[in-house]
Amino acid sequence: MTKAAIHVPPKGGFSFDLCRRNEMLAQNGLKPPCSFKKTGTTIVGLIFQDGVILGADTRATEGPIVADKNCEKIHYMAPNIYCCGAGTAADTEAVTDMVSSQLQLHRYHTGRESRVVTALSLLKSHLFNYQGHVSAALVLGGVDVTGPHLHTIYPHGSTDTLPFATMGSGSLAAMAVFESKYKEGLTRDEGIQLVSEAICSGIFNDLGSGSNVDVCVITKGHKEYLRNHQQPNPRTYVSSKGYSFVKGHTEVLTTKITPLKEKVEVIEGGDAMEE
Amino acid sequence: MDLHLDAPHSMGTTIIGVTYNGGVVLGADSRTSTGVYVANRASDKITELTDNVYLCRSGSAADSQIVSDYVRYFLHQHIIQLGQPATVKVAANLVRLLSYNNKNMLQAGLIVGGWDKYEGGKIYSVPLGGTILEQPFTLGGSGSSYLYGFFDQAWREGMSKDEAEELVVKAVSLAIARDGASGGVVRTVTINSEGVSRKFHSGDSLPLWHEELEPQNSLLDTLMPEDSQ
Repeated sequence: MTKAAIHVPPKGGFSFDLCRRNEMLAQNGLKPPCSFKKTGTTIVGLIFQDGVILGADTRATEGPIVADKNCEKIHYMAPNIYCCGAGTAADTEAVTDMVSSQLQLHRYHTGRESRVVTALSLLKSHLFNYQGHVSAALVLGGVDVTGPHLHTIYPHGSTDTLPFATMGSGSLAAMAVFESKYKEGLTRDEGIQLVSEAICSGIFNDLGSGSNVDVCVITKGHKEYLRNHQQPNPRTYVSSKGYSFVKGHTEVLTTKITPLKEKVEVIEGGDAMEE
Repeated sequence: MDLHLDAPHSMGTTIIGVTYNGGVVLGADSRTSTGVYVANRASDKITELTDNVYLCRSGSAADSQIVSDYVRYFLHQHIIQLGQPATVKVAANLVRLLSYNNKNMLQAGLIVGGWDKYEGGKIYSVPLGGTILEQPFTLGGSGSSYLYGFFDQAWREGMSKDEAEELVVKAVSLAIARDGASGGVVRTVTINSEGVSRKFHSGDSLPLWHEELEPQNSLLDTLMPEDSQ
Protein backbone atom coordinates (compact mmCIF):
# COMPACT_ATOMS: atom_id res chain seq x y z
CA MET A 1 0.00 0.00 0.00
CA THR A 2 1.38 3.36 -0.93
CA LYS A 3 1.40 6.06 1.66
CA ALA A 4 -0.32 9.27 0.65
CA ALA A 5 2.03 12.23 0.78
CA ILE A 6 0.36 14.16 3.58
CA HIS A 7 2.14 17.14 5.03
CA VAL A 8 2.70 16.43 8.71
CA PRO A 9 3.59 19.49 10.79
CA PRO A 10 6.75 19.02 12.87
CA LYS A 11 6.27 18.08 16.52
CA GLY A 12 7.62 20.95 18.62
CA GLY A 13 11.03 22.52 18.18
CA PHE A 14 11.89 25.75 16.45
CA SER A 15 10.36 26.93 13.21
CA PHE A 16 12.52 29.05 10.96
CA ASP A 17 9.86 29.57 8.27
CA LEU A 18 9.57 33.28 8.98
CA CYS A 19 13.35 33.70 9.13
CA ARG A 20 13.59 32.12 5.68
CA ARG A 21 10.72 34.35 4.45
CA ASN A 22 12.49 37.44 5.78
CA GLU A 23 15.75 36.42 4.09
CA MET A 24 13.87 35.93 0.81
CA LEU A 25 12.16 39.33 1.14
CA ALA A 26 15.51 40.98 1.93
CA GLN A 27 17.02 39.37 -1.16
CA ASN A 28 14.19 40.80 -3.25
CA GLY A 29 15.07 44.26 -2.02
CA LEU A 30 12.87 44.77 1.05
CA LYS A 31 14.40 47.07 3.62
CA PRO A 32 13.86 45.48 7.06
CA PRO A 33 12.84 47.79 9.88
CA CYS A 34 16.19 48.42 11.55
CA SER A 35 15.29 50.56 14.51
CA PHE A 36 17.02 48.48 17.19
CA LYS A 37 20.36 49.48 18.62
CA LYS A 38 23.29 47.62 17.07
CA THR A 39 26.26 48.87 18.97
CA GLY A 40 29.67 49.31 17.50
CA THR A 41 31.85 48.11 20.31
CA THR A 42 35.29 47.24 21.55
CA ILE A 43 35.31 44.49 24.17
CA VAL A 44 38.34 42.51 25.32
CA GLY A 45 39.49 40.02 27.90
CA LEU A 46 42.74 38.41 28.99
CA ILE A 47 44.05 35.87 31.47
CA PHE A 48 46.74 37.18 33.89
CA GLN A 49 48.72 35.46 36.64
CA ASP A 50 45.88 35.15 39.14
CA GLY A 51 42.67 35.56 37.19
CA VAL A 52 40.82 37.21 34.33
CA ILE A 53 40.47 40.85 33.30
CA LEU A 54 37.60 42.03 31.10
CA GLY A 55 37.38 45.43 29.42
CA ALA A 56 34.87 47.43 27.36
CA ASP A 57 34.27 50.85 25.91
CA THR A 58 31.08 52.72 26.85
CA ARG A 59 29.63 54.01 23.56
CA ALA A 60 26.21 52.83 22.36
CA THR A 61 25.24 53.82 18.83
CA GLU A 62 22.03 53.93 16.80
CA GLY A 63 23.28 53.98 13.24
CA PRO A 64 25.49 57.10 13.04
CA ILE A 65 24.14 58.60 16.27
CA VAL A 66 25.76 58.11 19.67
CA ALA A 67 22.74 57.00 21.71
CA ASP A 68 24.50 56.67 25.07
CA LYS A 69 27.92 58.09 25.90
CA ASN A 70 28.41 56.07 29.05
CA CYS A 71 26.63 52.69 28.86
CA GLU A 72 27.67 49.48 30.64
CA LYS A 73 28.81 46.60 28.44
CA ILE A 74 30.31 44.32 31.10
CA HIS A 75 27.35 42.29 32.34
CA TYR A 76 26.99 40.33 35.57
CA MET A 77 26.55 36.55 35.11
CA ALA A 78 27.43 35.19 38.57
CA PRO A 79 29.47 36.55 41.52
CA ASN A 80 32.58 34.98 39.95
CA ILE A 81 31.67 35.34 36.26
CA TYR A 82 31.19 38.44 34.08
CA CYS A 83 30.45 38.79 30.38
CA CYS A 84 31.17 41.57 27.85
CA GLY A 85 28.58 42.00 25.09
CA ALA A 86 28.78 43.30 21.50
CA GLY A 87 26.14 43.29 18.79
CA THR A 88 22.49 44.24 19.30
CA ALA A 89 22.31 45.88 22.77
CA ALA A 90 18.89 44.39 23.52
CA ASP A 91 20.05 40.87 22.65
CA THR A 92 23.27 40.97 24.69
CA GLU A 93 21.36 42.36 27.68
CA ALA A 94 18.52 39.82 27.37
CA VAL A 95 20.71 36.77 26.83
CA THR A 96 23.09 37.56 29.70
CA ASP A 97 20.18 38.35 32.06
CA MET A 98 18.45 35.10 31.13
CA VAL A 99 21.53 32.95 31.62
CA SER A 100 22.52 34.70 34.86
CA SER A 101 19.09 33.86 36.31
CA GLN A 102 19.47 30.23 35.19
CA LEU A 103 22.88 30.18 36.90
CA GLN A 104 21.41 31.62 40.12
CA LEU A 105 18.72 28.89 40.16
CA HIS A 106 21.40 26.29 39.48
CA ARG A 107 23.40 27.61 42.46
CA TYR A 108 20.32 27.41 44.72
CA HIS A 109 19.84 23.83 43.54
CA THR A 110 23.42 22.61 43.90
CA GLY A 111 24.74 24.93 46.63
CA ARG A 112 27.95 25.28 44.67
CA GLU A 113 29.70 28.15 42.90
CA SER A 114 28.82 28.48 39.20
CA ARG A 115 31.37 27.31 36.65
CA VAL A 116 32.36 29.26 33.57
CA VAL A 117 31.73 26.25 31.29
CA THR A 118 28.13 26.09 32.54
CA ALA A 119 27.55 29.69 31.50
CA LEU A 120 29.31 28.93 28.22
CA SER A 121 27.08 25.93 27.41
CA LEU A 122 23.87 27.81 28.29
CA LEU A 123 24.86 30.80 26.15
CA LYS A 124 26.01 28.76 23.17
CA SER A 125 22.95 26.49 23.09
CA HIS A 126 20.60 29.50 23.19
CA LEU A 127 22.50 31.30 20.43
CA PHE A 128 22.73 28.16 18.28
CA ASN A 129 18.98 27.57 18.62
CA TYR A 130 18.33 31.01 17.15
CA GLN A 131 20.72 30.39 14.23
CA GLY A 132 22.48 33.76 14.50
CA HIS A 133 19.26 35.82 14.72
CA VAL A 134 20.04 36.67 18.34
CA SER A 135 22.99 38.87 17.51
CA ALA A 136 25.10 38.68 20.63
CA ALA A 137 28.89 38.41 20.36
CA LEU A 138 30.27 37.81 23.82
CA VAL A 139 33.53 37.63 25.75
CA LEU A 140 32.91 35.47 28.80
CA GLY A 141 35.39 35.43 31.68
CA GLY A 142 35.52 34.13 35.22
CA VAL A 143 37.36 32.21 37.89
CA ASP A 144 35.84 29.00 39.26
CA VAL A 145 36.97 25.89 41.16
CA THR A 146 38.88 24.73 38.07
CA GLY A 147 40.77 28.03 37.64
CA PRO A 148 40.54 31.11 35.40
CA HIS A 149 38.70 30.82 32.06
CA LEU A 150 38.20 33.08 29.06
CA HIS A 151 35.90 32.29 26.12
CA THR A 152 34.48 34.05 23.09
CA ILE A 153 30.98 33.23 21.84
CA TYR A 154 29.75 34.19 18.37
CA PRO A 155 26.12 34.89 17.39
CA HIS A 156 25.86 31.57 15.53
CA GLY A 157 26.82 29.64 18.66
CA SER A 158 30.45 28.78 18.05
CA THR A 159 32.85 29.20 20.94
CA ASP A 160 36.61 29.58 21.35
CA THR A 161 38.84 29.23 24.40
CA LEU A 162 41.72 31.69 24.40
CA PRO A 163 44.34 33.35 26.65
CA PHE A 164 43.38 36.77 25.21
CA ALA A 165 40.34 37.77 23.16
CA THR A 166 38.74 40.78 21.48
CA MET A 167 35.28 41.28 19.95
CA GLY A 168 33.10 43.90 18.29
CA SER A 169 33.86 46.42 15.54
CA GLY A 170 36.97 47.56 17.42
CA SER A 171 38.29 44.02 17.77
CA LEU A 172 40.95 44.48 15.09
CA ALA A 173 42.39 47.60 16.74
CA ALA A 174 42.37 45.94 20.15
CA MET A 175 43.81 42.65 18.86
CA ALA A 176 46.73 44.56 17.32
CA VAL A 177 47.63 45.74 20.83
CA PHE A 178 47.24 42.27 22.37
CA GLU A 179 49.20 40.52 19.61
CA SER A 180 52.17 42.84 20.09
CA LYS A 181 52.24 43.07 23.90
CA TYR A 182 50.45 40.11 25.53
CA LYS A 183 52.60 37.59 27.37
CA GLU A 184 51.91 34.83 29.87
CA GLY A 185 51.93 35.60 33.59
CA LEU A 186 51.15 39.32 33.52
CA THR A 187 50.71 40.98 36.92
CA ARG A 188 47.40 42.59 37.90
CA ASP A 189 48.60 46.11 37.15
CA GLU A 190 50.22 45.10 33.84
CA GLY A 191 47.00 43.33 32.87
CA ILE A 192 44.76 46.30 33.63
CA GLN A 193 47.21 48.54 31.76
CA LEU A 194 47.16 46.27 28.67
CA VAL A 195 43.35 45.91 28.68
CA SER A 196 42.94 49.70 28.98
CA GLU A 197 45.40 50.22 26.14
CA ALA A 198 43.50 47.75 23.91
CA ILE A 199 40.16 49.43 24.66
CA CYS A 200 41.68 52.88 24.04
CA SER A 201 42.94 51.61 20.71
CA GLY A 202 39.33 50.76 19.85
CA ILE A 203 38.01 54.05 21.25
CA PHE A 204 40.39 56.17 19.19
CA ASN A 205 40.63 54.12 15.95
CA ASP A 206 37.14 52.65 15.58
CA LEU A 207 34.18 54.95 14.84
CA GLY A 208 31.74 52.58 16.51
CA SER A 209 33.58 52.72 19.86
CA GLY A 210 34.24 55.67 22.12
CA SER A 211 34.01 57.45 25.48
CA ASN A 212 35.34 55.67 28.57
CA VAL A 213 37.06 52.44 29.61
CA ASP A 214 35.28 49.97 31.90
CA VAL A 215 37.38 47.21 33.48
CA CYS A 216 36.47 44.17 35.56
CA VAL A 217 39.14 42.18 37.40
CA ILE A 218 38.14 38.69 38.59
CA THR A 219 40.44 36.67 40.84
CA LYS A 220 39.82 33.62 43.04
CA GLY A 221 37.07 34.55 45.52
CA HIS A 222 37.24 38.24 44.64
CA LYS A 223 36.19 40.66 41.92
CA GLU A 224 36.56 44.34 41.24
CA TYR A 225 34.35 46.26 38.82
CA LEU A 226 36.25 49.41 37.83
CA ARG A 227 33.49 51.50 36.22
CA ASN A 228 35.01 54.29 34.10
CA HIS A 229 38.54 53.16 34.99
CA GLN A 230 39.82 55.65 32.43
CA GLN A 231 38.05 58.70 30.99
CA PRO A 232 40.11 59.64 27.95
CA ASN A 233 37.30 61.78 26.46
CA PRO A 234 36.28 64.39 29.06
CA ARG A 235 34.00 67.28 28.11
CA THR A 236 36.27 70.07 26.92
CA TYR A 237 33.65 72.83 26.74
CA VAL A 238 32.41 73.08 30.32
CA SER A 239 32.18 76.75 31.33
CA SER A 240 34.29 77.61 34.37
CA LYS A 241 31.59 80.09 35.44
CA GLY A 242 28.84 77.48 35.34
CA TYR A 243 25.59 77.84 33.45
CA SER A 244 23.26 80.12 35.42
CA PHE A 245 20.99 82.45 33.50
CA VAL A 246 19.60 85.63 34.97
CA LYS A 247 15.83 86.14 34.86
CA GLY A 248 14.75 88.17 31.88
CA HIS A 249 17.62 86.88 29.69
CA THR A 250 15.10 85.61 27.15
CA GLU A 251 12.72 88.11 25.55
CA VAL A 252 9.01 87.46 26.28
CA LEU A 253 7.02 87.79 23.06
CA THR A 254 3.47 86.94 24.16
CA THR A 255 1.83 85.97 27.41
CA LYS A 256 -1.38 83.99 27.82
CA ILE A 257 -2.60 82.77 31.16
CA THR A 258 -5.24 80.05 31.27
CA PRO A 259 -6.78 79.73 34.73
CA LEU A 260 -7.34 76.15 35.93
CA LYS A 261 -11.00 75.16 36.19
CA GLU A 262 -12.31 73.19 39.11
CA LYS A 263 -13.21 69.84 37.53
CA VAL A 264 -13.67 67.59 40.53
CA GLU A 265 -16.18 68.28 43.24
CA VAL A 266 -15.31 66.65 46.56
CA ILE A 267 -18.32 65.67 48.64
CA GLU A 268 -17.76 65.01 52.32
CA GLY A 269 -19.71 62.29 54.11
CA GLY A 270 -20.94 58.87 52.92
CA ASP A 271 -20.28 55.46 54.47
CA ALA A 272 -16.83 54.63 55.70
CA MET A 273 -15.21 51.64 53.93
CA GLU A 274 -15.31 48.36 55.77
CA GLU A 275 -12.04 47.21 57.27
CA MET B 1 36.81 47.36 2.85
CA ASP B 2 34.26 44.77 3.84
CA LEU B 3 35.62 42.43 6.46
CA HIS B 4 32.37 40.46 6.95
CA LEU B 5 32.89 40.45 10.71
CA ASP B 6 29.30 39.34 11.21
CA ALA B 7 29.68 36.40 8.82
CA PRO B 8 29.18 33.01 10.44
CA HIS B 9 32.34 31.49 11.83
CA SER B 10 33.71 28.98 9.45
CA MET B 11 36.72 26.83 9.39
CA GLY B 12 38.40 26.99 6.02
CA THR B 13 40.38 24.02 7.03
CA THR B 14 42.77 21.24 6.32
CA ILE B 15 41.89 18.06 8.23
CA ILE B 16 43.39 14.62 7.68
CA GLY B 17 42.89 11.13 9.02
CA VAL B 18 45.39 8.34 8.27
CA THR B 19 45.46 4.71 9.41
CA TYR B 20 48.81 3.04 10.03
CA ASN B 21 50.04 -0.30 11.27
CA GLY B 22 48.39 -0.38 14.72
CA GLY B 23 46.33 2.81 14.92
CA VAL B 24 45.35 6.13 13.41
CA VAL B 25 46.80 9.64 13.12
CA LEU B 26 44.50 12.66 12.88
CA GLY B 27 45.86 16.03 11.80
CA ALA B 28 44.55 19.58 11.44
CA ASP B 29 45.64 23.18 10.99
CA SER B 30 44.50 25.81 13.51
CA ARG B 31 42.89 28.67 11.58
CA THR B 32 39.29 29.83 12.20
CA SER B 33 38.05 32.73 10.11
CA THR B 34 35.10 35.13 9.82
CA GLY B 35 35.08 36.34 6.25
CA VAL B 36 38.69 37.38 5.68
CA TYR B 37 39.54 37.98 9.36
CA VAL B 38 41.35 35.27 11.31
CA ALA B 39 39.16 34.99 14.41
CA ASN B 40 41.36 32.38 16.08
CA ARG B 41 44.86 31.45 14.95
CA ALA B 42 45.38 28.61 17.46
CA SER B 43 42.05 26.77 17.48
CA ASP B 44 41.79 23.05 18.20
CA LYS B 45 39.80 21.32 15.47
CA ILE B 46 40.54 17.80 16.76
CA THR B 47 37.88 17.24 19.43
CA GLU B 48 37.74 14.41 21.95
CA LEU B 49 34.57 12.29 21.75
CA THR B 50 35.66 9.51 24.13
CA ASP B 51 38.99 8.26 25.48
CA ASN B 52 39.61 6.28 22.30
CA VAL B 53 37.70 8.21 19.60
CA TYR B 54 38.45 11.72 18.29
CA LEU B 55 36.79 13.93 15.70
CA CYS B 56 38.22 16.38 13.14
CA ARG B 57 35.85 19.28 12.40
CA SER B 58 35.47 21.43 9.26
CA GLY B 59 32.82 23.79 7.86
CA SER B 60 30.73 25.99 10.16
CA ALA B 61 32.35 26.18 13.61
CA ALA B 62 28.98 26.43 15.38
CA ASP B 63 27.44 23.46 13.54
CA SER B 64 30.43 21.16 13.95
CA GLN B 65 30.74 22.04 17.66
CA ILE B 66 27.07 21.27 18.30
CA VAL B 67 27.29 17.95 16.44
CA SER B 68 30.42 16.95 18.38
CA ASP B 69 28.82 18.02 21.70
CA TYR B 70 25.75 15.85 21.03
CA VAL B 71 27.80 12.87 19.88
CA ARG B 72 30.06 13.12 22.96
CA TYR B 73 26.97 13.18 25.19
CA PHE B 74 25.35 10.18 23.45
CA LEU B 75 28.60 8.20 23.45
CA HIS B 76 29.22 8.69 27.16
CA GLN B 77 25.66 7.57 27.87
CA HIS B 78 26.28 4.54 25.61
CA ILE B 79 29.56 3.72 27.42
CA ILE B 80 27.81 3.76 30.81
CA GLN B 81 25.04 1.45 29.57
CA LEU B 82 27.53 -0.86 27.82
CA GLY B 83 30.11 -0.89 30.62
CA GLN B 84 32.99 -0.76 28.13
CA PRO B 85 34.54 1.69 25.63
CA ALA B 86 32.52 2.55 22.53
CA THR B 87 33.71 1.41 19.11
CA VAL B 88 34.79 3.85 16.42
CA LYS B 89 31.97 2.49 14.23
CA VAL B 90 29.31 3.45 16.79
CA ALA B 91 30.79 6.94 17.15
CA ALA B 92 30.92 7.43 13.39
CA ASN B 93 27.37 6.18 13.02
CA LEU B 94 26.10 8.70 15.59
CA VAL B 95 27.89 11.48 13.73
CA ARG B 96 26.28 10.26 10.49
CA LEU B 97 22.80 10.12 12.05
CA LEU B 98 22.98 13.75 13.20
CA SER B 99 24.60 14.97 9.97
CA TYR B 100 22.09 13.13 7.75
CA ASN B 101 18.91 13.86 9.72
CA ASN B 102 19.72 17.58 9.92
CA LYS B 103 21.41 17.95 6.55
CA ASN B 104 19.27 20.99 5.68
CA MET B 105 20.43 22.86 8.77
CA LEU B 106 24.09 21.82 8.96
CA GLN B 107 27.26 22.82 7.17
CA ALA B 108 29.81 20.45 8.65
CA GLY B 109 32.32 17.99 7.21
CA LEU B 110 33.67 15.62 9.85
CA ILE B 111 36.31 12.90 10.16
CA VAL B 112 35.95 10.34 12.94
CA GLY B 113 39.04 8.39 13.94
CA GLY B 114 39.98 6.09 16.79
CA TRP B 115 40.96 2.67 18.01
CA ASP B 116 38.89 -0.17 19.49
CA LYS B 117 39.65 -3.77 20.42
CA TYR B 118 37.37 -5.27 17.76
CA GLU B 119 38.54 -3.54 14.61
CA GLY B 120 41.75 -1.72 15.62
CA GLY B 121 42.45 1.72 14.15
CA LYS B 122 39.66 3.01 11.89
CA ILE B 123 38.93 6.23 10.02
CA TYR B 124 35.42 7.24 8.97
CA SER B 125 34.68 10.33 6.93
CA VAL B 126 31.23 11.97 7.18
CA PRO B 127 31.07 14.69 4.50
CA LEU B 128 28.37 17.33 3.92
CA GLY B 129 25.31 15.25 2.90
CA GLY B 130 25.64 12.83 5.79
CA THR B 131 27.01 9.79 3.99
CA ILE B 132 29.59 7.64 5.78
CA LEU B 133 32.81 6.33 4.25
CA GLU B 134 35.29 3.95 5.88
CA GLN B 135 38.68 4.68 4.34
CA PRO B 136 42.36 3.90 4.99
CA PHE B 137 43.05 7.65 4.74
CA THR B 138 40.79 10.65 4.25
CA LEU B 139 41.17 14.36 3.61
CA GLY B 140 38.77 17.17 4.45
CA GLY B 141 38.26 20.93 4.39
CA SER B 142 39.24 23.53 1.81
CA GLY B 143 42.91 22.51 1.97
CA SER B 144 42.16 18.92 0.97
CA SER B 145 41.98 19.70 -2.76
CA TYR B 146 45.71 20.48 -2.72
CA LEU B 147 46.52 17.11 -1.17
CA TYR B 148 44.78 14.32 -3.10
CA GLY B 149 47.60 13.94 -5.62
CA PHE B 150 50.19 14.01 -2.85
CA PHE B 151 48.39 11.28 -0.88
CA ASP B 152 47.89 9.08 -3.97
CA GLN B 153 51.68 9.22 -4.35
CA ALA B 154 52.87 9.19 -0.72
CA TRP B 155 50.42 6.97 1.19
CA ARG B 156 51.40 3.32 1.66
CA GLU B 157 49.67 0.37 3.32
CA GLY B 158 51.18 -0.61 6.68
CA MET B 159 53.18 2.48 7.59
CA SER B 160 54.79 2.78 11.03
CA LYS B 161 53.48 5.30 13.58
CA ASP B 162 56.38 7.70 13.00
CA GLU B 163 56.00 7.49 9.21
CA ALA B 164 52.26 8.22 9.46
CA GLU B 165 52.78 11.19 11.82
CA GLU B 166 55.47 12.58 9.54
CA LEU B 167 53.17 12.19 6.51
CA VAL B 168 50.31 14.03 8.24
CA VAL B 169 52.46 16.96 9.40
CA LYS B 170 54.03 17.24 5.96
CA ALA B 171 50.61 17.17 4.26
CA VAL B 172 49.03 19.80 6.53
CA SER B 173 52.06 22.07 6.11
CA LEU B 174 51.78 21.68 2.31
CA ALA B 175 48.10 22.65 2.46
CA ILE B 176 48.86 25.62 4.74
CA ALA B 177 51.42 26.80 2.17
CA ARG B 178 48.87 26.82 -0.69
CA ASP B 179 45.43 27.29 0.94
CA GLY B 180 44.71 30.78 2.23
CA ALA B 181 41.96 29.53 4.53
CA SER B 182 44.33 27.14 6.34
CA GLY B 183 47.15 28.27 8.58
CA GLY B 184 48.69 28.64 12.00
CA VAL B 185 50.06 25.53 13.65
CA VAL B 186 49.70 21.79 12.97
CA ARG B 187 48.03 19.65 15.61
CA THR B 188 48.10 15.84 15.51
CA VAL B 189 46.40 13.18 17.60
CA THR B 190 47.68 9.59 17.44
CA ILE B 191 45.39 6.82 18.75
CA ASN B 192 46.35 3.15 19.18
CA SER B 193 46.09 0.30 21.70
CA GLU B 194 48.51 2.16 24.00
CA GLY B 195 46.23 5.21 24.25
CA VAL B 196 46.28 8.72 22.83
CA SER B 197 49.15 11.12 22.21
CA ARG B 198 48.72 14.74 21.16
CA LYS B 199 51.47 16.63 19.33
CA PHE B 200 51.85 20.30 18.53
CA HIS B 201 53.99 21.66 15.68
CA SER B 202 54.44 25.44 15.84
CA GLY B 203 54.25 27.48 12.63
CA ASP B 204 57.98 28.28 12.56
CA SER B 205 58.98 24.61 12.95
CA LEU B 206 57.19 23.47 9.77
CA PRO B 207 59.12 22.62 6.59
CA LEU B 208 59.52 25.43 4.04
CA TRP B 209 58.00 24.79 0.60
CA HIS B 210 58.32 26.51 -2.77
CA GLU B 211 59.10 30.24 -2.46
CA GLU B 212 58.52 30.29 1.32
CA LEU B 213 60.83 32.47 3.39
CA GLU B 214 62.81 31.64 6.53
CA PRO B 215 61.00 32.79 9.67
CA GLN B 216 62.55 35.95 11.08
CA ASN B 217 62.00 38.22 14.05
CA SER B 218 59.21 40.69 13.53
CA LEU B 219 59.86 44.42 13.61
CA LEU B 220 58.14 44.45 17.00
CA ASP B 221 60.85 42.19 18.47
CA THR B 222 63.55 44.47 17.06
CA LEU B 223 61.91 47.65 18.32
CA MET B 224 60.95 46.20 21.70
CA PRO B 225 63.61 43.73 22.87
CA GLU B 226 62.45 40.99 25.26
CA ASP B 227 63.70 42.70 28.46
CA SER B 228 61.96 46.02 27.77
CA GLN B 229 58.50 44.47 27.21
